[in-house]
Amino acid sequence: MTRLKVNGVEEEIAVSTIAELLAARGVDPAARFLAVAVNGTVVRRAEWPNQTLAAGDAVEIVRPLSGG
Amino acid sequence: MQHLEDTETMTDTFSIAGTKLSSRLILGSAGYPNQQVMLDCLEASGAELVTVSIRRISLEGYAESLVDVLGGRCRLLPNTSGCVTARDAILTAELAREALDTNWVKLELIGDRETLYPDVEQLVHAADELVRKGFVVLPYCNEDPVSCQKLADVGCAAVMPLGSLIGSGMGIANPAAIELICSRSPVPVVLDAGVGTASDAVLALELGCDAVMVNTAIAKSHDPRRMAAAMKAAVEAGRLARLAGRIPKRSFAEPSSPQLGLVGS
Repeated sequence: MTRLKVNGVEEEIAVSTIAELLAARGVDPAARFLAVAVNGTVVRRAEWPNQTLAAGDAVEIVRPLSGG
Repeated sequence: MQHLEDTETMTDTFSIAGTKLSSRLILGSAGYPNQQVMLDCLEASGAELVTVSIRRISLEGYAESLVDVLGGRCRLLPNTSGCVTARDAILTAELAREALDTNWVKLELIGDRETLYPDVEQLVHAADELVRKGFVVLPYCNEDPVSCQKLADVGCAAVMPLGSLIGSGMGIANPAAIELICSRSPVPVVLDAGVGTASDAVLALELGCDAVMVNTAIAKSHDPRRMAAAMKAAVEAGRLARLAGRIPKRSFAEPSSPQLGLVGS
């Protein structure tokens, strides 16, 4: 189990990469328009299967929505 | 005459960062009654550039959103709405670039949640950094020529001064300031915020703005599709009037009919 902060919420979750985190949350990693940042740095989509997550990491998973 | 006007409107384009835009209306995508109305408004408005926000996904599930549908129909302009620090705005812009594969960003940095006035100090700082990172930055900014000049100086591709408070529909509160900005700006000026109805958009173009950004005035009108069409006509009318040139204002009447040959004199 790894203690992560995902979109502002702290949780213990059994994942080691970004791709695994997305899959565990029911988010299709192939879905269009997704973007991920870890500790304030954007991680390119190609790196999602490789980039490992460490305890205490803050992960932001975002997408575009309507806006003005 | 009709032919001349059509030709003029079609060839009278403007450019942001080398990208030619023939519509002088930038459309916001928020707050419409439903997705179909938004898409109809996009068509009726003729807008080529549509703003979207960047938000955390709901971890309960990923549903198709408006953006999935909009993608192929227009150019998307992500914003950093809601950000109150340069750091958050820069990260939001970087996430937007990754999500949407665009280096364009409408930079919003809010200094006060009640009025949604920009925080100029943070805005200039964030704009400077984003330009250095290769972004095409369009900042939502105060309607003062000094702020606009500073933003142009750090390399912003356009400036987006506010007409009045976001969502207020109060129109252009300080037309003289907007006109001054337009006369001095080295980059395109896009009036942002405050437009309430078509005449506000006409005035923006008459004052010299290159384009107008509209969201709430269309989305929240009684008939959004009709207002979108009105805004399209408004920016065209305002631009034509700007090119034609308004007559000087005078304090006294000036008869328009000939003064010779009056009956009975």
